[in-house]
Amino acid sequence: MTISDTNTALRRGGSRARRRGLAILGFLLTVATTFLGLLAVTFFIGRVVPIDPALAIVGDRAPAHVVERVRLELGLHLPLYQQFWIYLKQALSGDFGTSVLTTNPVLTDIKRVFPATIELATVGTIIGAVLGVPLGVLAAVKRGSLIDQVVRVIGLVGYSVPIFWLGLLALLLFYAKLNWVAYPGRVDIVYEYSFTPVTGFFLLDAAMQRQWDVLWDLLRHIILPGALLGYFSLAYISRMTRSFMLNELSQEYIVAARAKGLSEARIIWFHALRNAAVPLVTVIALSYAGLLEGSVLTETIFAWPGLGLYITNSLQNADMNAVLGGTVVIGSVFVGINLLSDLLYRTLDPRTRNR
Amino acid sequence: MSIAEVQPRPYSREWLLSDRPSSRRQARLGRAYVIWRRFAENRLALLGLFILVALLFVAAFADVLAPHNPLQGDLRNARLLPPGADGYILGTDDQGRDILSRLIHGSRLTLFVVVLVAVIAAPVGLIVGTVSGYAGGAIDAVLMRITDIFLAFPKLVLALALVAALGPGIENAILAIAVTSWPPYARIARAETMTFRNSEFISAVRLMGASPPRIVMRHVMPLCLSSLIVRVTLDMAGIILTAAGLGFLGLGAQPPLPEWGAMIASGRRFILDQWWVAAMPGLAILIVSLGFNLLGDGLRDALDPKEAGQ
Repeated sequence: MTISDTNTALRRGGSRARRRGLAILGFLLTVATTFLGLLAVTFFIGRVVPIDPALAIVGDRAPAHVVERVRLELGLHLPLYQQFWIYLKQALSGDFGTSVLTTNPVLTDIKRVFPATIELATVGTIIGAVLGVPLGVLAAVKRGSLIDQVVRVIGLVGYSVPIFWLGLLALLLFYAKLNWVAYPGRVDIVYEYSFTPVTGFFLLDAAMQRQWDVLWDLLRHIILPGALLGYFSLAYISRMTRSFMLNELSQEYIVAARAKGLSEARIIWFHALRNAAVPLVTVIALSYAGLLEGSVLTETIFAWPGLGLYITNSLQNADMNAVLGGTVVIGSVFVGINLLSDLLYRTLDPRTRNR
Repeated sequence: MSIAEVQPRPYSREWLLSDRPSSRRQARLGRAYVIWRRFAENRLALLGLFILVALLFVAAFADVLAPHNPLQGDLRNARLLPPGADGYILGTDDQGRDILSRLIHGSRLTLFVVVLVAVIAAPVGLIVGTVSGYAGGAIDAVLMRITDIFLAFPKLVLALALVAALGPGIENAILAIAVTSWPPYARIARAETMTFRNSEFISAVRLMGASPPRIVMRHVMPLCLSSLIVRVTLDMAGIILTAAGLGFLGLGAQPPLPEWGAMIASGRRFILDQWWVAAMPGLAILIVSLGFNLLGDGLRDALDPKEAGQ
C-alpha cells in the first residue's frame, strides 16, 4: 500500500467519521425536537384548548377558592410562554401533577399500571409475529392460492373490524358460552393476597416464584385480550411479510440459489426470509407501538388494569392531569419505539450505513 | 394509408381507447375509461364500491327506509326483542327502539364524520405538503418537523386527549380526528411535489411569470390529487373505527343520537343475554369500513398498477 493510498483511506475514514457524527447529531436533534413538540402539543391541549384549565382540572362543581388556588398553582396568571417553560421543567422531571381521581402523583399511578399494558402488548406482539410471519411467507410463496386468499381476508377484516366490538363478542363466546377463559380482569381475586408481584409483570413474577396455579390463572386471563391484540398485529405483520417476501423472491440471488440446487424450503426460509427480516423488524416494532395504543379500547373491554384503562377512567372523571400524563407517556414510548426501529434498521441493513 | 381515416363513433369503446385522441375531452374520458376498466376487473373493489353506494343511498333515504322512529321506542311492548321479532328485523334495544332504524339513521352520522374529517384534513395536508415540497429549505424543514411531531403521536390517544379538553360531542370528535389525520397527507403531497418540482413544465410556468402561490395552487396541487384521494379512501376505514371508538368511550355523538359506536357501548350491558343490541351496530361498522378498504385497495391498484398485488 502506497502512502497516498493510506492518505486517501485516512481522509475518507475521517470524513466518514464526521458524517457519522453529523448523522448522530441530527438524530439527537430529531429526538429532542420531537419530544419538545410532544410536550408542546399536550401543553396546548391542557392549557389553551379548555376555556378554563383550572375548571377542567378540578371540575365545575369545585368551590371558588379551590379554583383560585389551582389557578395560582398552575401559574395561569403568567404569560403563556412562561407557563410552557414551567410545564416543560416539570414534565422533564417527571412531574405531571396529581390525579384527582386517585389523589396520587400521576407518575406514580402510571408506574403502577404501565407494566400491565406492556405485558399485554408483548403477549399480543408475540402472538402476532409468531403466526403472522409464517402466514405472510406462505401467502407470498403460494401466491394466488387458497392460503393467500385466506391471509388476505384475515388482513382485510383485521383492518376493518372495531376492536372493542370483537372483544365483546369474544368475551361472549369464550367466557360466557364456552367458559374456556377467565372473566375480565388480570388475576383471580383468590390470588390477590397470596400472590405478591415484584416487577409488575405478573407472568414473570408468578413463574419466578414458582406459583404455577397463579401462572395458569394469569394465562387464562391474558389469553383473550392478548389474542385479540395479536390478531390485529397479525393482520398487519402478515400483510407486510407477504409484500417483503414477494419482493425478495423476485430477486436474482433466489434464481442463483435455485440453480445451485438448494431445496425450496431452504431458499424460502433461510435465504429470502433472512433478507426480508430486516424491514420486518421495523414492522414488528411499529405494530408493538400500535398495540400500546390499541390497548386503550381493549383494556376497557377486558377490565385490564393498564394505562389504557387508567386513561379512559380518568377521561370519564375529567381528570385532565392523568389523561395528559398518560398521553405524554404513551407518546414518548411511541416515539422511542419508532426511533429504535429506525436505528435497528440502520444497523441491520448494511446498505443504509454509508448514506 | 388514406387520409380519411375512419373515425370511431364518439363515446364508443374504440373512441375511448383510441391512442390518437382528437380532443382533450376524448383523452380525459379515455384515461378515465382505462382506469375504470382496471378497477372493474377487481371484483372485491366493485363490492367495496357497491357498499359505499348502498351507504350513500341508505343515508339519503333514511327517513323513508327506516321502519320505526330511531329515537323514540315502544317502551311498553318492545324492549329487548330478539332479531326477527314481529316487525323488528334486527331486534330492539333496551328502550324499545328498532335497531335497524337506528342503524339506518346512524349511517348519516357515519358519513357526516367521514366526509367532514376528509374535508378538513385532506386540504390541510395538501397545502402543508405542497408548500413544503415546493418551497424547500427552511420552510420545508419546519413544516416537516411539525408534521413528524403529529405523526409521532398515537392517533387514538391524541384524539382522546383533545376530546377530553374540548368536551364530548360529535363536532369535537370530528375536529380531534381531523387534527390527527392530516400528517400522512402532508407527507404524501410533499413526496409527490418533490418528484416534479424541478421538471420543465414548472420552469415554463415560472418563466411565464406565475407567482409561487399560483404555481402551487394551479399546477402542483392538481397533480397530487390522485394519490391523495387513494390515501384518503384507505384512511376512511380508520376514521370510521376511530370515531366509533370515541363514541364507544362516550366521547363522540351523545345519546340519544344513533351513532354506531355509542350503540355498541349501550348494548354492552346486555351482551350476555341480549347480544344483538351490541352485535348489530358492530356488524354495520365492519361492513362499511370493509367497503372503504376494498374500494381504496381497488383505486390504488387501478391508479397505480405498479403497486398492484403487493
